[in-house]
Amino acid sequence: MIEVTDLTKRYGSLTALDGVSFSVPKGQVVGFLGPNGAGKTTTMKILTGYLAPTSGSAYVAGMDVTADPLPVLKRIGYLPAGNPLYDELRVEESLAFAAELRGLRGAERDAAVDRSIEAVGLADRRRQTNGTLSTGYRQRVGLAQALLHEPEVLILDEPTSGLDPNQQQDMRQLIRDLGRERTVILSTHILPEVEAVCDRALIIHKGRLVADGRVEEIRASRRSSVSLVVRASLEAARTGFEGLAGVEAVEVAVAEGAPGYVSVRLVGSADRDLCERAAACAVRNGFGLARLSPETASLEEIFAELTSAAPAAEVALA
Amino acid sequence: MLRLLLYMVLPLVAAWVGVSLALGRRRAVDAWRATWAVFKKEVKTYAIGPIPYLLVLLMTVVTTYYVFADGHYFLYRQANLGMLPFVLPYAFAVFVPALAMRTWSEEIRGETIESLMTSPVPVKSLVMGKFFAGLAIVAAGLLATAGVPITASVFGSPDPGPIWATYTGAVLMAGAFLALGLWLSSLTRNQIVAFLLAFTACFALVVLDSNTGFLAGTEVARTLGNLSAAVRFRSIARGVVDLRDVAYFVSLIAFFLYLNVESIENRRHR
Repeated sequence: MIEVTDLTKRYGSLTALDGVSFSVPKGQVVGFLGPNGAGKTTTMKILTGYLAPTSGSAYVAGMDVTADPLPVLKRIGYLPAGNPLYDELRVEESLAFAAELRGLRGAERDAAVDRSIEAVGLADRRRQTNGTLSTGYRQRVGLAQALLHEPEVLILDEPTSGLDPNQQQDMRQLIRDLGRERTVILSTHILPEVEAVCDRALIIHKGRLVADGRVEEIRASRRSSVSLVVRASLEAARTGFEGLAGVEAVEVAVAEGAPGYVSVRLVGSADRDLCERAAACAVRNGFGLARLSPETASLEEIFAELTSAAPAAEVALA
Repeated sequence: MLRLLLYMVLPLVAAWVGVSLALGRRRAVDAWRATWAVFKKEVKTYAIGPIPYLLVLLMTVVTTYYVFADGHYFLYRQANLGMLPFVLPYAFAVFVPALAMRTWSEEIRGETIESLMTSPVPVKSLVMGKFFAGLAIVAAGLLATAGVPITASVFGSPDPGPIWATYTGAVLMAGAFLALGLWLSSLTRNQIVAFLLAFTACFALVVLDSNTGFLAGTEVARTLGNLSAAVRFRSIARGVVDLRDVAYFVSLIAFFLYLNVESIENRRHR
């Protein structure tokens, strides 16, 4: 459905995208993940024809976006970053205008507006002006606008930014529902969001694709750790946990505010059984186990690792 | 009368042919629908804000003052538009840029231009829709000057030719100023900058013929006069609609609308 080859975009001397290639099959929900300034928005602006790439090609639904965006745009629903809206227009007016720009007229237009308003739950706000809406509702108007012409492809740039946790949940549910019959690309810098909504994650950093695969896979390929608090001496704890299968390093320290306890951090492969083995090991050694928690690598840690040495090819999983 | 109508329809037909040739018939229909959509949205946006109402108010005040207040109008005892053809170029040099200034600047500042440019609609349609919407508001402003011909009709029986010609010429001149203002508005996210640029440019177009001082009577002065919007407009307003005068305004409109489309399209290549 989406085929991006060697996409490069330079703004003057700044390289925003540096040879990004990926393809998205029909019906997949893809999360575009990366810190601010990584190139997510630039990629999306190119996919929607708003920006021309410096080099490389972008095909959506078999058509070249960079050559002639108009026919492609009829099949793409786009929520731009920052969700720009006409503040002075009413919700239904701005949606009717957007529908007309998408070639819908008369009863067809009104039906599309009603359907979109229904789909995002805006019925009680439709006569309010966009400028008076809260961020959550504004975001819904933006999404409703992207849905008007029932596009096969949805491109959503940070659909949950600025929303409170409840609204984020609602928005994720909405995107999951929409993703059942559509190809969706959404960008975010929130890792759990990708896990909750997406079939696949593309991690982009400094204009390069650094990982591509399911979130669990990307995460599993990174090292993770287990931290424990046990009642034991420093020495006993160290010797007790050393040599445990799958553990590469043991860090021990006196637990703060808990005399007689030490905190232990086991760094190793992200093996689900590591927790179990650590618990069994504590019991076997007769350490009183006060706390046990798995620590998976945070997005920031994954980034730090992905961008330090490993070239993209080595971590690609898909 | 028929000829005047023809002059007003001519640019529309030319635009239609141009767009059709550029896009093919099927897309041309879509393009005009989009133009209509943009037109409606722009008029709606104007109607919400104070600008068109201020425009009508100012047009009323200015024309009333310059046409009636100094007493010449009644002194000369002529049933015509009085000073109106001399006032309009200056009035438009101020009002039309004020109307045009927010058109693109606000879209750029509020980033709504991204929604417009990622709609399946040619940029030509966006530009045309905004242009015709602005022209409609100017037409409403011109209606506010209707007091002048009405007064003339009450006190005498004026020749309808120059009156219609004045209004046709006014629409053409406003179109040229509007196209210029729209283009300048597409270059900046700051409305005030857009206004000042457009006002300066329009004012310069108006006064090209005057204050030539030592150049008076020379070839240079004549050339400048030929380029002056005020001279062209007054020539039309006399009631003799010369095709060259019409062509002057139509080509200004076409040129600046073209620049407008280009400057919007070029945003893709930042």
